[in-house]
Amino acid sequence: MSSIDLKSNTPEGPLKTKWSEYKGTMNLVAPNNKRRIEVIVVGTGLAGASAAATLGELGYNVKAFTFHDSPRRAHSIAAQGGINAAKNYQNDGDSTYRLFYDTIKGGDYRSRESNVYRLAEVSASIIDQCVAQGVPFAREYGGLLANRSFGGVQVSRTFYARGQTGQQLLIGAYQALSRQISTGQVKMYNRHEMLDLVKVDGKARGIITRNLLTGKLERHAAHCVVLATGGYGNVFYLSTNAMNSNVSAAWRSVRRGALMANPCFTQIHPTCIPVSGEYQSKLTLMSESLRNDGRVWVPKTEEDAIAIREGRKKGNDIAEEDRDYYLERRYPAFGNLVPRDVASRAAKTACDEGKGVSPTGLAVFLDFASAIERYGKAAAHSKNISNPSQKKILELGESVVSQKYGNLFEMYEKITGEDPYKNPMKIYPAVHYTMGGVWVDYNLQTNIPGLFALGEANFSDHGANRLGASALMQGLADGYFVIPYTIGQFLSKEIRTPMISDQTAEFDAAEKAVQDRIDNLMNIQGNQSVESFHRRLGKIMWEYCGMSRSAEGLKKGRQMIRDLRDEFYKDVFIPGSANEFNPELEKATKVADFLELGEVMMCDALDRNESCGGHFREEYQTPEGEALRNDADYTYVSAWEWNDKDPILHKEDLEFKNVELKTRSYK
Amino acid sequence: MKLKLKIWRQPSSEARGRLESYIVEANEHMSFLEMMDVLNEQLIAEKKEPVAFEHDCREGICGTCNMVINGRPHGPQRGTTTCQLHMRHFNDGDVITVEPWRAKAFPVIKDLVVDRSGFDRIIQAGGYISVNTGQAPDGNSIPIEKDTASEAFDAATCIGCGACVAACPNGSAMLFTSAKVAHLGKLPQGKVEHVARVKNMVDQMDEEGFGNCSNTGACEVECPKEISIENIAMLNRSYMASIFGANK
Ligand SMILES: Cc1cc2nc3c(=O)[nH]c(=O)nc-3n(C[C@H](O)[C@H](O)[C@H](O)COP(=O)(O)OP(=O)(O)OC[C@H]3O[C@@H](n4cnc5c(N)ncnc54)[C@H](O)[C@@H]3O)c2cc1C
Ligand code: SF4
Ligand code: FES
Repeated sequence: MSSIDLKSNTPEGPLKTKWSEYKGTMNLVAPNNKRRIEVIVVGTGLAGASAAATLGELGYNVKAFTFHDSPRRAHSIAAQGGINAAKNYQNDGDSTYRLFYDTIKGGDYRSRESNVYRLAEVSASIIDQCVAQGVPFAREYGGLLANRSFGGVQVSRTFYARGQTGQQLLIGAYQALSRQISTGQVKMYNRHEMLDLVKVDGKARGIITRNLLTGKLERHAAHCVVLATGGYGNVFYLSTNAMNSNVSAAWRSVRRGALMANPCFTQIHPTCIPVSGEYQSKLTLMSESLRNDGRVWVPKTEEDAIAIREGRKKGNDIAEEDRDYYLERRYPAFGNLVPRDVASRAAKTACDEGKGVSPTGLAVFLDFASAIERYGKAAAHSKNISNPSQKKILELGESVVSQKYGNLFEMYEKITGEDPYKNPMKIYPAVHYTMGGVWVDYNLQTNIPGLFALGEANFSDHGANRLGASALMQGLADGYFVIPYTIGQFLSKEIRTPMISDQTAEFDAAEKAVQDRIDNLMNIQGNQSVESFHRRLGKIMWEYCGMSRSAEGLKKGRQMIRDLRDEFYKDVFIPGSANEFNPELEKATKVADFLELGEVMMCDALDRNESCGGHFREEYQTPEGEALRNDADYTYVSAWEWNDKDPILHKEDLEFKNVELKTRSYK
Repeated sequence: MKLKLKIWRQPSSEARGRLESYIVEANEHMSFLEMMDVLNEQLIAEKKEPVAFEHDCREGICGTCNMVINGRPHGPQRGTTTCQLHMRHFNDGDVITVEPWRAKAFPVIKDLVVDRSGFDRIIQAGGYISVNTGQAPDGNSIPIEKDTASEAFDAATCIGCGACVAACPNGSAMLFTSAKVAHLGKLPQGKVEHVARVKNMVDQMDEEGFGNCSNTGACEVECPKEISIENIAMLNRSYMASIFGANK
């Protein structure tokens, strides 16, 4: 496999009518044939549950898999802020084109125009579908759907269900899926983890799973396989992802010939609760919406910062003139509302300069004092209180802030034990989302025929940086409105293919490979826990492939990962046996895969000699420290083929026919 | 802080279980599950089997974590899941008992892990609105009163953790089931199938071996999402209607 021709298979025609014309002319699978076709869907988060339910409704025989004990537990459940859609209900000039344009620009011009346009186009139907399912979106007094604005865009197009949008959308998809399970159209396999992909004659025809309750390996065959297995942010160990999120299904497919696209494009979210100690297991997001009212600052002098770190001073002890509101200073036009990547890097710079405000030195303040005072004065005014005392103002202000952000403030207090109404919050950036993923074409098909990838697991729509509230949109677009059509392009050619048997040499070999791999891991019987390896990997990733990267660091990091991998295979200890419920073994296969993915991420970041979106290379910045993109040489998707010695890079050139490539500026 | 933990250990569903004691060194900033992580790292270092427990989001939203702490599902703090509980609510020297959900319909799988798949089957029995993808009218075609949407939302915040069942002396799943019935039944989209939904879900609940509701109210007290027991009253009314409707 020296050269792989990465065809995007984008249909011809103008951007605006591409999808509708394609849908109108694509090959269909007749209902009687659908009954003879089986589809495997791995993953039942937003993308997988919506896909499995819809394919079931269409009459395909679906087998759906999740390692969770129920589809309702998928990581999608944790999404807070909202979901975008170009409904233009607010009459503020939104349109499909504007959503498309914002997404392309926000992604720093590293995504495929045709896919992004289609995403914007189907976004409106998602909202309709979810409402019909009973998703209780926020409403105005008149009973119509409410919207709010989200990071860096000029229209109000985000639909939400308080701070639990992901939960409500997932429950909607879960219910649609449950309905198909009850009709028998979808067979659901909970607590089953995919450990390998099975190819027959070059096509994806099945998977090997481990029944997590019994440890038994099982074979599952189908005419095609759909991966909707989420993102790989946990390669950093600490992230806002759920603890069990992992890359294994995607990575095992890469090991079978699929390609990993843009793996170095990871999103670091600026406002998370900082790490408090070595035992820390995960990080908690504080919604982006807080930056509407919170002001970010650090002390001007290192002396003050040290005093705060050592507990001799508190944030409130630092006088106004001794504070550096660095976002307002550096980016006067956008201030505290600069995009995520910019805000995150600026926080890192401040802490690198020794201005960090937590004992670890890795935190900045997010301060609501001026908002509380401003709201308090306004409330006093509207209540006709003349000459209110400072105490009264604060009391009124706190109540306004509590109405807006109450649940977040409560969560902050639960975790840190500090009252954010009285003291500024401490926040720090954390890994949040992965734009990279399995390479797919316009049909969401990978380079392996019959293998598809949806949701966060693929790379297709967000380029080098994702806009807030667009991941939920993409997951549901892929599952409800794209794959049900595009899968027909492959399956229409398979209608004469009989049911795939799992009693073939290919399945024998794949099952044996998985068994050998598990035996090998169990037999190491070393001295270090899986968790300890994962932690060390995370530190290497964060240090050398995190918020800012350099050629030197990436080379070093890559070598460190290779060494760590060797050590893992010599010294990892997995208790218990493989033939039982064994969470440590589950972790071990996941960490083993992260140890390979991490290396590819380093290679990718090293290859990309430019700074764009979430990828910031120290060598490529302006004198003021802003990102320097290089469109002449890097307007491509990198798609990596795994190779133990040296991963191999393939490229898909990106063409921009409908937008002009511009520098993003927030000054 | 030094703690003495008494933890339920049970190798498999068939095996007999018992409480075993462990000493663990924690600090007050840890979450309860991070304290359990420390214990497990300690056990692994001694080449012993770690305690099996379930968790995922660690943010109080996925409903996976489930520990009965000192006799109370999700521990002593109101409106808080196990993963959101922090050690600053405990004291140096405390003895803490940790057990799995105990209910006939939630058999133990290993240590603190139980099988809650009965909840999925209750939803499959009717906890949905029958609409296929692509059949939906415009989202704004049915205005819904703000308060109604908000009440439906309150019921819809159930995370399916099962603390209500664990808290109930009868092991009843009424709070869980009624939350879904209320979520869908309050919305105009969900009213069409409401009566049949109630009947089917309640029948499935009985089939799964969940007990009857005798109005003890324990479920509401322990529910981490503070789902209201009023939903049960709504369910009961609808269930009666479904029976009389069927006899008509
Ligand atoms: C804290 C937080 C807040 C967020 N807020 C927002 C927001 O407000 N708006 C927004 O748009 N986005 C948000 N995001 C991002 C968004 O939630 C995710 O990108 C999206 O939900 C991913 O959905 P998914 O269906 O692709 O994957 P997931 O929901 O991660 O589902 C993956 C599924 O695959 C299964 N699986 C994985 N591997 C295997 C395997 N080997 N075998 C079997 N099953 C497997 C899992 O069990 C699960 O069912 C947020 C993310 C985080 C972390
Ligand atoms: S009703 Fe409350 S306790 Fe019961 S499953 Fe739902 S969230 Fe958990
Ligand atoms: S781990 Fe998700 S609710 Fe506790």
